[in-house]
Amino acid sequence: MNKKLTQKFAPGHSSCAGCGIPAIARTVLNATDDPVVVINGTGCMEVTSTLYPYTSWKVPYIHNTFENAGATAAGVETAYRVLKKKGKVKKNIKFVAFAGDGGTYDIGLQSLSGALERGHDFLYVCYDNQGYMNTGGQRSSASPYGASTETTPASSKDIGNELYRKDIMQIVAGHHIKYLAQANVAHIEDLKMKAKKALNTPGPTFLLVLQPCTNLWKYPTSQYVNIGKLATETNFWPLYEIENGNYVINYVNKKPKPIEDFLKAQKRFKHLLTDKNKEEVKKIQNILDEKWAKLKKLASVK
Amino acid sequence: MEKGAVIKHDIKKAPKTGDWRYMKPEINKEKCTGCGTCVKYCPEAVIELTANNEQRIMNKKGKAILPARLANARVAGVDYHFCKGCGVCASVCPVKAIHMIKEADCINCGTEEK
Repeated sequence: MNKKLTQKFAPGHSSCAGCGIPAIARTVLNATDDPVVVINGTGCMEVTSTLYPYTSWKVPYIHNTFENAGATAAGVETAYRVLKKKGKVKKNIKFVAFAGDGGTYDIGLQSLSGALERGHDFLYVCYDNQGYMNTGGQRSSASPYGASTETTPASSKDIGNELYRKDIMQIVAGHHIKYLAQANVAHIEDLKMKAKKALNTPGPTFLLVLQPCTNLWKYPTSQYVNIGKLATETNFWPLYEIENGNYVINYVNKKPKPIEDFLKAQKRFKHLLTDKNKEEVKKIQNILDEKWAKLKKLASVK
Repeated sequence: MEKGAVIKHDIKKAPKTGDWRYMKPEINKEKCTGCGTCVKYCPEAVIELTANNEQRIMNKKGKAILPARLANARVAGVDYHFCKGCGVCASVCPVKAIHMIKEADCINCGTEEK
């Protein structure tokens, strides 16, 4: 085991073979030398890393319930601030909350919104695997259009998920926080840079990290890096950050790949690649192009 | 602050996830350049770069000109206690120095040292 990388998060957890969640946890936590307190919302990360009587976490860790990762982080941070004011704690402590897309987009949205609004000093990391993957791949509001999920299965009449992904970045940006960024586990150096920046920014910060799910996006266990890279190269998952309201795109692909490349690598989109659904693929491509153009306009990139 | 239900990390209690594995990564130490790409992406963080004293810098005729100790050559090594055999390391390796082989073909599965 790599001693340097596992100073805060150790192996022995039961995440699926080929899952990128541990890589996200390690990269974010290792981005700072200060002591860290981890707050976790319910999800794959919580279930796999805390198998009684073992815990993978070498740092103080608290898990409360599904909907209140934000509220728990707010409470812990407030207690720390009071103790620091009274002189009982002298260290500079960072607070990091991890939650999945279910615990951020759907169930935990209100507590996240409250914590961001009150301006607690913490970093919220959402690892987005686009569904409730821990319970078998039900649809969440992060699931993309056209994906076949447990609750929206594709059939001869249906194309799977008929709703569009919620734009959580815009929702969080609406709280006027100082730093938020969209990252990808397949671009780990970029993620590290963003985590460092976020942890050094006072006040609430937010990271949205794409986490390809080997089990329910249905691709071989060895491919999480390649699928993640494809998501960015096709502009399905652009890398950008919003610093004090200014948009910066971190990776501009001058010749983006067609979205088919991303779709055909995963079995959850298998039904879209038939002749019958050609129009749907075009529709997805158009939506992506539109979003990308909008983002470029915001970042004033030509 | 030790009151209540506090569970401390203890690596001895860790489930040995190495027994999930049915394919095993094997590193070709001659090909490995020690770039560290697999180290970053390994989900379990079980790959570590260690000094490779066997590796030499060769000249065109295949003769060793510099021992690895001086050339700072490092090579990847896998901790098979926790490796789940997902194959991410083999797919990200830029020089294709890692191959996945069937677990049944190996004896002792690489865990005999510790």
